[in-house]
Amino acid sequence: MSTLNRRQFLKASAGLAAVSAVGMPYLSHADSKGGHVVIIGGGAGGTIVAKYLRKADPSIQVTLVEKNADYYTCFMSNEVLGGDRTIDSLKFGYDALAKQGVEIVTEEATAIDPTAKTVTTSGGKTLKYDRLVVSPGISLVYEGIEGYSKEVAEKIPHAWKAGAQTTLLRGQLEAMKDGGVVIVTSPPNPYRCPPGPYERVSQIAHYLKKHKPKSKVLLLDAKDSFPKQGLFIQGWTKLYGYGTDKSLIQWLPAAEQGKVVRVDASDMSVYAGDLEDKHTADVINVIPPQKAGKIAIDSGLTDATGWCPVDKRTFESTLHKDVYVIGDAAITEMPKSAYSANSQAKVCVAAIVTSLQGKEMIEPSYVNTCYSIVGEDYGISVAAIFKYKEGALASVEGAGGVTPSDASADHLRREVLYAHSWFKNITVDMFS
Amino acid sequence: MIKRNTLSASLFMLLSMGLHTAASAEAPDLATGMLVNTCVACHGPSGSSHGPAIPSIAGMSHDTFMNAMTTYKSDERKETIMNRIAKGYSEADFEVMAAYFAKQEFVRFPQETDSKKAKAGAKLHKQHCENCHADNGFTDEDGSSILAGQWLPYLEASLSDFSKKEREMPKKMADAMKAVMKKGGEASLEQLAHFYASQTKKP
Ligand SMILES: Cc1cc2nc3c(=O)[nH]c(=O)nc-3n(C[C@H](O)[C@H](O)[C@H](O)COP(=O)(O)OP(=O)(O)OC[C@H]3O[C@@H](n4cnc5c(N)ncnc54)[C@H](O)[C@@H]3O)c2cc1C
Repeated sequence: MSTLNRRQFLKASAGLAAVSAVGMPYLSHADSKGGHVVIIGGGAGGTIVAKYLRKADPSIQVTLVEKNADYYTCFMSNEVLGGDRTIDSLKFGYDALAKQGVEIVTEEATAIDPTAKTVTTSGGKTLKYDRLVVSPGISLVYEGIEGYSKEVAEKIPHAWKAGAQTTLLRGQLEAMKDGGVVIVTSPPNPYRCPPGPYERVSQIAHYLKKHKPKSKVLLLDAKDSFPKQGLFIQGWTKLYGYGTDKSLIQWLPAAEQGKVVRVDASDMSVYAGDLEDKHTADVINVIPPQKAGKIAIDSGLTDATGWCPVDKRTFESTLHKDVYVIGDAAITEMPKSAYSANSQAKVCVAAIVTSLQGKEMIEPSYVNTCYSIVGEDYGISVAAIFKYKEGALASVEGAGGVTPSDASADHLRREVLYAHSWFKNITVDMFS
Repeated sequence: MIKRNTLSASLFMLLSMGLHTAASAEAPDLATGMLVNTCVACHGPSGSSHGPAIPSIAGMSHDTFMNAMTTYKSDERKETIMNRIAKGYSEADFEVMAAYFAKQEFVRFPQETDSKKAKAGAKLHKQHCENCHADNGFTDEDGSSILAGQWLPYLEASLSDFSKKEREMPKKMADAMKAVMKKGGEASLEQLAHFYASQTKKP
């Protein structure tokens, strides 16, 4: 560098960056006016950040790194298992986001360097960012259950990431004989979609009731209680004979030896509780324990819990500056849901825009609503509005809560319609 | 497919979108966005719903919006979930939302309606509803709400609530409702719903 002083060198590299912005658009965006934001994960959180950043400030360059060309929503995937919905109705793509000026990189993010502020991808790209948003969802802790693994999941699906796994489990349910037993295992807290395993059991019972009424579904639980429990049990009693000896659903909580410790794919059995009671079944769905998505763990964004600590006012990681974590991967008081991820994404956008513009963060506002479809014309919900207060997200007192336990049949029917309309609108929010 | 997309309407949209993006980088717009974007995940982009059970709230007048939210909050008006949601926000929050949604264009997405029922509904509308629901339900005046092009399942649910007196209404409307129900019963509610849902062009 002897013939170039520092100033000349910077000028020369800025020129290089400008050239590469045309030839190899992903190498450097140091010259983009409003800053360059890279997002890892095009799911419930990441798509919203991409879209709303572009809306809020078109001078911000936005790159979305998503490993899959198609996204299958987990939300409503239990209805595919129940037989009322096709897998294709869960499938979405990224064309509309691209049209709004989001650069889509269909590759896996393999590393984050928070010091150099770069993301490396499986295709060998190095993306330089001013701000990075990480919304990778969950990783499944197969090791949490002896005998379970990614390979075994081809025979004993988790179906906790939608797509091929959902189709696999649905196929097994269809192939099962009447009189068969389905086992679903529910993981310890915290995990993606707290009411999800219970909605799933409901949807499976909904299918069995119509097509295989001599069968049953056994729910083995690592916990002693679950969200909307009273409402689920009310629904199960009403629709599936819960509590009688003809019940389509049986629930074994942890206190009754429900916690799964081992699976054996060779004879389709699971072992649960301290005494390792053996249960065999025709179809087994293991929902394993969970942690933040792999990229978050690999790049030092997680703490000892396996999840990502964040400043809940902005979602900036408390471990790495200028890196934001939202959605399932982040530690907050909100349930790990698509609606939470959507709401957190919008707060995160405000935080990034204000920070890039050197302004004060505005007062954040957060909301979550989760519908569960218990059966035909039978929907229930939980809602909460959160405010930031002294480092935590406190749900507004007196607001939110669950469907009233004395809700009329018409009310329950409408909740199903609202659930489906919610699905329409939230996927439009993400993908159009 | 958006039926009201006349040349002048789309020009206007382009203009206002341009203004909107330019202005929304400012902090006040971020603050508005922070609140109203908590609504749109359920109620659709800018308040125009893609899901037929959830009503579009774009273009709703300030007073209609305020009245809906405050009566949800106080439980005077009952819905499955809005009572729980409304209690999470302040009157000042409602004002911000009301001002925003009042300015948004009500986008009508295609939906199927029965032309026979709609025709019968048109007659009923002329006879009983027109006085308050001007322009075939296109205009939200004195809390009349925009009915034209609203989603059919939502209109049906609302009319059913009114007819069962599960939702409060002005005396004039209660009388009209009584008259409609006496003559045609639930079938006439259906006809009215099909009529309003089928309205895509302002008369
Ligand atoms: C059965 C079931 C039912 C559910 N029902 C509901 C419901 O009714 N309502 C609700 O609100 N929520 C529901 N959820 C929860 C919801 O799906 C999640 O909470 C939500 O998807 C979380 O959003 P996210 O952005 O954190 O992760 P995701 O939506 O999973 O998105 C993560 C994305 O990141 C990508 N990715 C990960 N790592 C990388 C990498 N290194 N490089 C590139 N890309 C990467 C993934 O491919 C994925 O597309 C349900 C979940 C399940 C399993």
